[in-house]
Amino acid sequence: MSKLNKNSSGYIFGFALLVILVCGVLLSVVSGALAEKQYEERELERKKFILKAALGDEIAAVEKTEIAVMYEQRVKESVVNSKGETVDGIAANAVKLKNEYKKLEKNGSVKAGQSINLPVYMVMNADGSEVEYYVVPTYGFGLWDNIWGYVALQKDLNTINGVVLDHKGETPGLGARITEEKVQNRYRSGKTIFEGDKLVSVTMKKGEGNDYSSDPHAVDGMSGATLTADGVNAMMSSYMNLYLSFINAKKS
Amino acid sequence: MSTETQAVEAEVKEREPLFSKKNRKLISNPLDADNPITVQVLGVCSALAVTVKLIPTLYMCISVLFVLICSNVAISLLRNVIPGRIRIIVQLLVVASLVAVVDQVLQAYAYDVSKQLSVFVGLIITNCIIMGRLEAFALANKPGPAFLDGLGNGLGYAVILIPVAFFRELFGSGSLFGFNIFGENYPGNGVMMSPVGACIVLGLLIWFQRSRNGYTEEA
Repeated sequence: MSKLNKNSSGYIFGFALLVILVCGVLLSVVSGALAEKQYEERELERKKFILKAALGDEIAAVEKTEIAVMYEQRVKESVVNSKGETVDGIAANAVKLKNEYKKLEKNGSVKAGQSINLPVYMVMNADGSEVEYYVVPTYGFGLWDNIWGYVALQKDLNTINGVVLDHKGETPGLGARITEEKVQNRYRSGKTIFEGDKLVSVTMKKGEGNDYSSDPHAVDGMSGATLTADGVNAMMSSYMNLYLSFINAKKS
Repeated sequence: MSTETQAVEAEVKEREPLFSKKNRKLISNPLDADNPITVQVLGVCSALAVTVKLIPTLYMCISVLFVLICSNVAISLLRNVIPGRIRIIVQLLVVASLVAVVDQVLQAYAYDVSKQLSVFVGLIITNCIIMGRLEAFALANKPGPAFLDGLGNGLGYAVILIPVAFFRELFGSGSLFGFNIFGENYPGNGVMMSPVGACIVLGLLIWFQRSRNGYTEEA
């Protein structure tokens, strides 16, 4: 080794190639070995979010290992399109929400010529005889990056039973508060998305500490995070519109 | 047979024991007199960013410790064969690979924490402590001392981050390790939640440390 000229181009290229090869092999082995476990964790989180949106505090006490069992027992999955028709041949958990979100225009309508896949999760009552909650995923953009969440509607398909919100890069302590129970619980006081027959969604207002108990379409905001709240509102309203045909079909 | 054993023994005696006085300093120095954060003021960005809550901070410290030790040992092993002209790139490659491994492991076994740390795990690559130790120590020393140096500096990082996170979580959200301390009605402290609070706490820690051991910045 000592006889090699360490400053020759050949040595440098050879050395670089060798290091890259070793690092590359290491990374692919690790990534391959952990892929399954990572997928399980993501699936578990999805199931937990869906159950939590519908059942709320009940879920907090459920052990991690029992989430999957509970999901199996209580939840039925289906996929619809924006016309409310059932889409066959794709599993709800195979729908990549991020990719579906890209099919939307700025104003929330589906781009011309595109068909969007919208998962619907039906949470059955304890004996499994009828649907108790409809949980639908939503996806949007906050202040800095993507936000997403699940909205659970009661069986009247009007009253919001609960929401779970999550984000990629909102400001900690401000916009990131959408992941807090305290903020999400503001949607748990019987807010409704319809005014008569008209869809109005639910809006998170500017400012914090105000009482909106008399307004069924408004919830208290987050101080210092109005832009994240705007993102949540836009996400909520555009996805409720996407599911409108499905909701109307179910209602009639 | 007996001559062979003697030869081995003699060789062992010649080698410096791993925990010699000089080597012990490699661990103790970074904890106080030569602390990477408070004295060298390296790696401050992550000290401000990931110290909102104690649990993610702990994971961050363990991750940095792991990357620091492994990269120090790896670069020390390679120190005689790395071409000088591409040594920084090789260091980066080693560090980046280790960080990617840490990120993958966190995603598999500590999914919630990896979501909270998000981009800051990846940013360990740019943590000046790591590149600093590789350049200043690992390239010129044997793997044994390099291991201790990595351990010492990793602990020196943790010994600052954990107190910062302690105060930020306590006053920011009124809890420790997620357990409520100040009761449900504690309104939270927005300054402590933001990086500004971390800067203040860190500044106070530096003040405390320097007034205790009399360190002054050379002009």
